[in-house]
Parts: sequence; C-alpha cells; structure tokens
Amino acid sequence: MTATTTRPASSDSVADATAAPSRPPHRRRRSADPVPWWLIAIGVVVAGYFVLPTVIVIPMSFGGSSSFQFPPKEFSLALYERFFTDPKWIGSLGNSLLVAVLAALIATVFGTAAAVGLNALTGRLARAMRTLLMISMVTPAIVLAVAVYISFLQWRITGTLGGYVLAHATIGLPFVLVAVTSALGGFDRRLLRASASLGATPLHTFLRVTMPLIGRGVVTGALFAFVTSLDEVVIALFLRSPTFQTLPVQMYTAVTVEVDPTIAAASSLVVVSVTILLLIPQLVRRKTPRS
Amino acid sequence: MTTTAPSETGDATTTSASPRGTQIRLDGVTKDYGLSIPAVDRVTLSIEPGEFMTFLGPSGSGKTTTLNLIAGFETLSAGSIAFDRRDVGGLPPHRRNLGMLFQNYALFPHMTVAQNVAYPLRERRVSKSEITRRVGDVLELVQLTGRDNHYPSQLSGGQQQRVALARAIVFDPSALLLDEPLGALDRNLRAALQAEIRRIHREVGSTFVFVTHDQEEAMNLSDRIALFRDGRIEQVGTPEQLYRHPDTLFAARFLGDSNVFELDERVVGDRVGWDGRAWSVAPSTTSTAVSGESATAIVVRPEDLTIAASDADVPTGANAVSAVVRDVEFMGAYRAVTLGLGAADVTGTARLDALDARLGPGDRVVAWWSPARQRLVAA
Repeated sequence: MTATTTRPASSDSVADATAAPSRPPHRRRRSADPVPWWLIAIGVVVAGYFVLPTVIVIPMSFGGSSSFQFPPKEFSLALYERFFTDPKWIGSLGNSLLVAVLAALIATVFGTAAAVGLNALTGRLARAMRTLLMISMVTPAIVLAVAVYISFLQWRITGTLGGYVLAHATIGLPFVLVAVTSALGGFDRRLLRASASLGATPLHTFLRVTMPLIGRGVVTGALFAFVTSLDEVVIALFLRSPTFQTLPVQMYTAVTVEVDPTIAAASSLVVVSVTILLLIPQLVRRKTPRS
Repeated sequence: MTTTAPSETGDATTTSASPRGTQIRLDGVTKDYGLSIPAVDRVTLSIEPGEFMTFLGPSGSGKTTTLNLIAGFETLSAGSIAFDRRDVGGLPPHRRNLGMLFQNYALFPHMTVAQNVAYPLRERRVSKSEITRRVGDVLELVQLTGRDNHYPSQLSGGQQQRVALARAIVFDPSALLLDEPLGALDRNLRAALQAEIRRIHREVGSTFVFVTHDQEEAMNLSDRIALFRDGRIEQVGTPEQLYRHPDTLFAARFLGDSNVFELDERVVGDRVGWDGRAWSVAPSTTSTAVSGESATAIVVRPEDLTIAASDADVPTGANAVSAVVRDVEFMGAYRAVTLGLGAADVTGTARLDALDARLGPGDRVVAWWSPARQRLVAA
C-alpha cells in the first residue's frame, strides 16, 4: 500500500525533473527580454513600410524589359548591362564616387579637427562655433542649394569637380563632427598629459593616442559623409553641367525626363552598397578587443 | 643601492649631469589665474638630487598647481624653474624628461602593458632589442613580470598603478612627479604601494616629487615635506622637524594630533599665563623659530602629555593644567584619553599605557608636560 502510493509520487518527480531543464531557459529568456507581442508586430509593420519600397526595386531591376514591371516577368541582367556600358550611367557613377571620396576626405579632416579642438574648449564661443558648424544639417536642402548656387556662380565653380566636392564636404562635415564628438565623450583627456610627460610631441600624441581611441567615431563620420554626398541630389541639380553630373542627378533625369528603367538597376546598386557601407562600423566594433 | 637600477643603461636618453637625479629649483614661482589670491604665490624651494620631496597640503593649497608648473602643464605667471641650474621655463612638457604618475593611472587603454611601458622609449627612438630588454627589466622591478600582453582593463587598480610607475621610470627621467598616485586605492593596497614606491626610490635614486593631502603618507615616504597653505609654502622640513617643531598652528594641526593652548596674553620674558597658571616658555626649553612676540599658541603632542592625580605629583619645572577626563578609548597599543583642559574646557588628548585602567570619564586630573616638548607657534 505504501509502495503504490510512493511510486506515482516518484515517477511524478522524475517527470518534473525531466521537464525542469527545458523550462528554466524559457522563463529566463522571457524575463531577460520582456518584449510584448504587439510591440514586435508594430515593429515588423513599420520596418516593412520602410524597407519594402527599396526591396521591390531589386526584383524590378532583374526584369530586363524596357519599362518598369512588378513583379518581373522574366529574369535578365539587361538593365545592369546597360548601366555598366552606357557612359551616361557609368560616367555619372564615377563622378559620384570621386566627389563622395574627396568630399568625405575633406569633411573628415576638418570635422575631426573641429571636434578635437572644440572638445578642448568650453564656454559660449565654443558652443556658438559648434552650432554654426551644424547649421547645414538643419537648413532645408533647397535653401542651402540656392545659397551654394549663387555663391558658386560668382566664383565660377558650378559644374566643376571642385564645386561639387566643396559643397558636399560642407554638408558632410556635421556628420563627422557629431560622430567624433560622441567618440571624444569617452576619451580621457588626462591621457594627453600622460603622453606629453612621456616625451611625445602633440602630433605624436594625436596620432598614437587620440586617433586610435576615437578612430571608430572618425570612420563612422567619414562613412556618413561619404554616403551623404553619394545620395545628395538637390545641390547637385543646381551645380550640374552638361559635362559633369552625379549619379543621383542622372537618376532624377531618368525618371522625370527619359523614363529609363535602368534606374532600377542603379537604385538597387546604390541601396545594396550603401547598406554594406553603413554596416562596416558595426562589424568593426565586433572585431576590436576589449577596450 | 642595488645594481638593478635601470639608470645604468640610461645613456641613450638626455639625462642630467648628475648620475642620481636632478636638482629642481623653484624661485619665486607664481601662478595667477586672476582670482582674488594667486593659486601659487612666490614659492621658492630647492629640491635636491635624489631627494624624496612631498608637497603636502589641503585641496586648493597650490600643491598640484606647483607640480603642474614643474611638469610644464601650466605656464608660470612669474618666477623661474630650473633643473640642474638650467632654466626650463620655456620648455614644453614633452621636452622636460620628467616621469609622471597620475591618480587615475592614465594608462593607454588601447595598448598592452608592454606597449604602454615601451611608449616613452619608442618616442625616444630606442632600438627594438633595447626596448624589449628595458621593458622586461622595469616590469621585473615593479613585480609585474608575465603581464606584458594584458590590457590595462584586465588589471587591478594596484597593478595598473604599478604599470604606470614602470612606464614613468623606464626612460630614466630627470625626476619623477607623483600626483596623488595612491588616492584611488584602498587602504591595504596603499600601504603596499607606499612600500613599493619607497623601495623603487631607493633603487632608482632619482629625484621624486610627491603630491598628497594625506599627512601619514607624507610622513612615511618623504625625505622632506613642503607644507602648502593658500598657494604658499608654510614650512619645509623633514617629517620629524615638521612634527616635532611646527612653526605655525596650521602646521601643527595638519601633521598629527595636538593639544593647542591659544594664548590670550603676550609672552613676557620666560613666562606666560594660561588658566591662572604660569608656564615656562624659556627659549632654552622650547627651541623655537617663533619669537615670543609673534607666538599665539602653545602646542603639545598627545604623547608628550602626562596625566597626574594632583598638582603634588607634577615634577617641578613642568608646565601643568587642570583637566577633566571626558572619555577613555582602548586603542590596543595605548589608551586614548579625551580631556577638557582648564576652565575653558579646551578639548585635548593624551595617551596612557594600555594597561593603565585607572581613569574613567569625569575624573579630575592634572595634565603636565616638559617645557622642552612644547612648541610656541605663530598663527
């Protein structure tokens, strides 16, 4: 009698014991990450709303027909072939890359210098300077474009590589300033004194101590400046000339004037490459050892 | 001195003419930020080669600013600083060849221990093999061998400060400046690192300038202490001189405990009155730098105060004061007696033998001391 009552109890406890290992991980996962289902649902809808239009363009680019079609009826690389062979397209891509690289370079050098310099200063003047440098971020693009156009006309640099680079460096600089300033937030300025006491000149200190510690911010800023230049269209429209135009301007012309489906291939290329570029800082962060 | 001191091999760097440390001379050194009083006010001091000099003082007394002036992080408003008679006023910090230790260690977080220590040698273009050898030697000196490839974040606070110490001495600096280097460490580690710093000072033999607000630390480590107050040096001397012979009430109060008898009346001749008693203040018994005119108080250290049951037990020639026992605390090695001194009931302390359990709160006693043990101090 006693044996029969104890046996079910023990088998129960065995069942509990076997169930137990699978249960705690579930509970732990839920308690550590308490995201309600409806929030996930909203997140998915919003993300879909943002991403879908850009994703739809990718299948369209393989459509291969002479007009826009979704879903595509066939698979073809014709649009890509046209993109890479037509001098109008490939030439403007080359121009865009050249402008973006040079503009990002200038924006990075000056933006980093400004961030490091302003970080060492306190007071009203430094704050005013910072605001001044950020102003192109909040100015409507068209206002900026008109201002650039009018002054560049006087300087006779519209439609030139130098003009594009200068204008794009200006709008890229705030991104570098923000990224480097935030990187400097975690930078201990006492390291500068330590480095000086160890015999390093200010330049060596900058190269061997400051730069390695804020490098991630500099790279992030440079990427943003590059991408900003790459997809900037308003100023570029004002500055374009028959001999020099950038990819966004060519794309704009393609939809408004020519109705050229090659734009699907161009857009896909831009979307994919920009996404990869912006993922680089994330991947770099993974690789660096503990800081 | 042992032979492990790295200074033997330090010929590659521009060290001073004297083999063991540099003389640092401050002459009328002033730093004025335009506030009501200068941060550092006409400080004149000679720090001798190989000396362990401590700048002691409360926060805001100018000790750290003076150190930063020596390091070159601040520019002089007036006066001059010379290393081995060579004026360094116009020299930027990176050309002064000084090692420096900071309170927060200031290690480069992106470099390993070995890279941190090699940093000053690389700046001086020392050859690779020489760097490897000297980094190994100095890590052995600070007992951190085998940690070469660790990052600072993987080390404890004490270990990090030892890396910083290694980095600051590996290039045979003219002098080592230490800016409250033990401030961030807990008590036990502090004691261990104090011993370490003292040992390394002995072995390296370089000039050390140490800044602290901790009087115990100052007394344990220093050859001499410069006591700072409101941007000026209040008194300079060996720890014993400062403890035994303070010139001012500030100095007496800053270093160690003291019983302070503030004088209401002028010292006349060899005598002064306090609480209705006449005390001997003959120069022969007080050996003071403070004249009777400027003396505003008499200071007696707790260990110099003896407690007697009544005036009959006080030896002739001793200065005495009636007192009430307020409290007796057993401290292990001794008993600390808190007293109310005289009619004014001035708080004082004395030390009793640990085994002497006769006294209790409320007891009326007489406290006395030999006049040779007292000090006349100025304000």
